[in-house]
Amino acid sequence: MPMAASEIERLIKASIPDADVTIRDLAGDEDHYAARVVSASFEGMTRIKQHQTVYAALGGRVGGELHALQLETAVPQPENGQ
Amino acid sequence: MSDSKSRIDEIVKSNDVVLFMKGTALFPQCGFSSRAIAILDHLGVSYETVDVLQDPEVRTGIKEYSDWPTIPQLYVKGEFVGGSDIMMEMFESGELKQLIGAEA
Repeated sequence: MPMAASEIERLIKASIPDADVTIRDLAGDEDHYAARVVSASFEGMTRIKQHQTVYAALGGRVGGELHALQLETAVPQPENGQ
Repeated sequence: MSDSKSRIDEIVKSNDVVLFMKGTALFPQCGFSSRAIAILDHLGVSYETVDVLQDPEVRTGIKEYSDWPTIPQLYVKGEFVGGSDIMMEMFESGELKQLIGAEA
């Protein structure tokens, strides 16, 4: 069942307001996506917990309505030379 | 503990490296499961697999067991490690080899 990339981004940002979200539609079918989510709120969380936080933001759609979401999470890197 | 949960618990605790997947190691039925197998094969470790497509109870139960919505799921020494994305990140950083290899 297709789900627009903008909707995925909206849901993630609704739960993780500071998130920097990048989404790629891998197959061009609105069903297989890759998402990279960068948020300071991930600081100190295990990778599992970071991914669970994103899955929770998507409210149970992952694995169901949203078949495939390749996920990468990260904490923002401090900028150098400022 | 429900039946399926205690069965899953038994599988997780009695195998050092176990992958819950769709299909078998020889014939994965999903791209993510296939990727997970490729990573384990590349590491050259021995592992067990559980085909959730053959067992609807485990297929549902494993998602509750780990509070994780997708399959594949890798467990090492009784601990949930993650899905194929986390496996790939940990493989690339060398962490997965360290985790599996340390006591193998």
